[in-house]
Amino acid sequence: MAVNDFTGLYIFMLAAFAGWVIIGNVPAILHTPLMSGSNFVHGIVVVGGLFALLNATTILEQAIGFTAVLLGAGNAAGGYAVTVRMLAMFKSTDEKPLHKKRSRPHHHAAKHA
Amino acid sequence: MFTMISQIVIGATGFAAALLLMYGLKRMSSPATAASGIRVAGLGMLVAVLASFLYVFDVRAAAKPHLVVNLGLAVLALAIGGSVAWWAGKTVKMTAMPQMVAIYNGMGGGAAGAIAAVELFGNRTQGATQLVVTLLGALIGAISLSGSLIAWAKLDSILKRPLQFRGQQAINAVVALAMLAVCGLIVVAVAGGPLLLIPLPGLICLLFGLALLLGIMATLPIGGADMPVVISIYNACTGIAVGLEGYVLQNPALMIAGTVVGAAGTLLTLIMAKAMNRSVGSVLFKTFGPAPKHKRGTIAGIEKPVEAADAAIYMRYAKTVIIVPGYGLAVSQGQQKLYDFVKLLAAAGVSVKFAIHPVAGRMPGQMDVLLAEAGVPYDMIFQLADINDQFATADVALVIGANDVVNPAARTDKSSPVYGMPILNADQAKRAYVVKRGQGKGYAGILNSLFYAPNTEMVYGDASVVLAKMIEAVRGLDSAAA
Repeated sequence: MAVNDFTGLYIFMLAAFAGWVIIGNVPAILHTPLMSGSNFVHGIVVVGGLFALLNATTILEQAIGFTAVLLGAGNAAGGYAVTVRMLAMFKSTDEKPLHKKRSRPHHHAAKHA
Repeated sequence: MFTMISQIVIGATGFAAALLLMYGLKRMSSPATAASGIRVAGLGMLVAVLASFLYVFDVRAAAKPHLVVNLGLAVLALAIGGSVAWWAGKTVKMTAMPQMVAIYNGMGGGAAGAIAAVELFGNRTQGATQLVVTLLGALIGAISLSGSLIAWAKLDSILKRPLQFRGQQAINAVVALAMLAVCGLIVVAVAGGPLLLIPLPGLICLLFGLALLLGIMATLPIGGADMPVVISIYNACTGIAVGLEGYVLQNPALMIAGTVVGAAGTLLTLIMAKAMNRSVGSVLFKTFGPAPKHKRGTIAGIEKPVEAADAAIYMRYAKTVIIVPGYGLAVSQGQQKLYDFVKLLAAAGVSVKFAIHPVAGRMPGQMDVLLAEAGVPYDMIFQLADINDQFATADVALVIGANDVVNPAARTDKSSPVYGMPILNADQAKRAYVVKRGQGKGYAGILNSLFYAPNTEMVYGDASVVLAKMIEAVRGLDSAAA
């Protein structure tokens, strides 16, 4: 698929807006997992590494291409592993009846005292 | 025939991957859907990686004789890189998560830089635009790689203190200019310009060398407390580098995924910097300088020690307790004990809440993750803006392993490096207990007047040990009463 200069610019512009909108209003509680999650998403670079390596013609290119795939695979696999681990801990109270809100009679009174 | 089919499949899977990655990221930005979001994105990644093996039907003629070797290398690199990183990600402690993210991010930047290197050494770029985009991706990727590694070393306490010296910014500026000059020389050399002193491969090596150096030099002077913002910046940088290399490789999926992360990462950086009341510019260029010397030891009052058991029993009979956890709690792995203690207090009728500073821990939101790991339910955890007014009416503020985020100097002392950062008003509670390993300064290396305030008492010791004593004291009291 050919991307000429101007279609390239359009793609960059639209993708940038998309990224900005997607992250808007994210609660602070998700900052760390989201940083890790977006870190995983740019692990897609491994695909570019594979392209470069499969098209390598010299030993130098093979060595650099190998490095690109190695690092890209690490970015993708590691990013996925840590993000899944972090997000698995976030359970809403509904999913955990054990931790249902322990509301005490004075709970709200104290808040406004 | 195979070529045509493989091209269609690669195109379609690339599209599907871009769609799934973006949709996954969208789901990740809300707590209710976040866990499924990463799986959606993971599926997109898997599809894209599997489909890229179809490149074998469409390689350059010159690469055909090397195809078997290249394919073997590709499988090997995927297996090694993927499994090692997977294993590391599965076993890393939650407290070490920021470092881990920094490393993975550096790897992505390195991969983008390496792709650019293949294109440059092979002289494959077509036209000036492609060449310039490749060069940009190369240097951003390389800066992100070395910068992320320095950030990792700082967070992992391998590098203990910021390295600052006079004229640092000037030297960095010279390195940056030299880097851009080399870019210009490469453009001239590729265009077949006049013969230069250094041949093209030498120039390419020089460019990567300078970019890596700049990443190191720019990150070294930044203090540990600012590292979360720095990692976020490099995360955005890697995204941009990946997007640029996607353009060079004519791969829209890479362009979209990279650019989305570049933009999302930039916004996330701004949100984090705002939470810390630091501008991104001041993080990068005006580092936490050495704390003003005349300030040391001039705070009135003394630190008053108290036994853990006494503090625990006081809290047992309090009405409202707000807990301010910090990184020290995570270091001593005391989250579980803290929650056990909180359950005891709650059972005795005490209203307990957790107050989380935006930068508690080493990364925004990290403390939320650590408390969630210990099983603390959401509705006990409050963010700064939602709870800060309640300190004034709270009986006790229990500060555990936190320091700079409760330093009142941030409100009043213009000469303090933390001045202007929003803090949790622990000093406004009727009484504050501060659990701390010993007398000393926080991560940012600044004195804290809260510790010397008349209504503050210090519980010295490792957070885990202190909490064990507190649990014992309250249990002993309750069983004596029963």
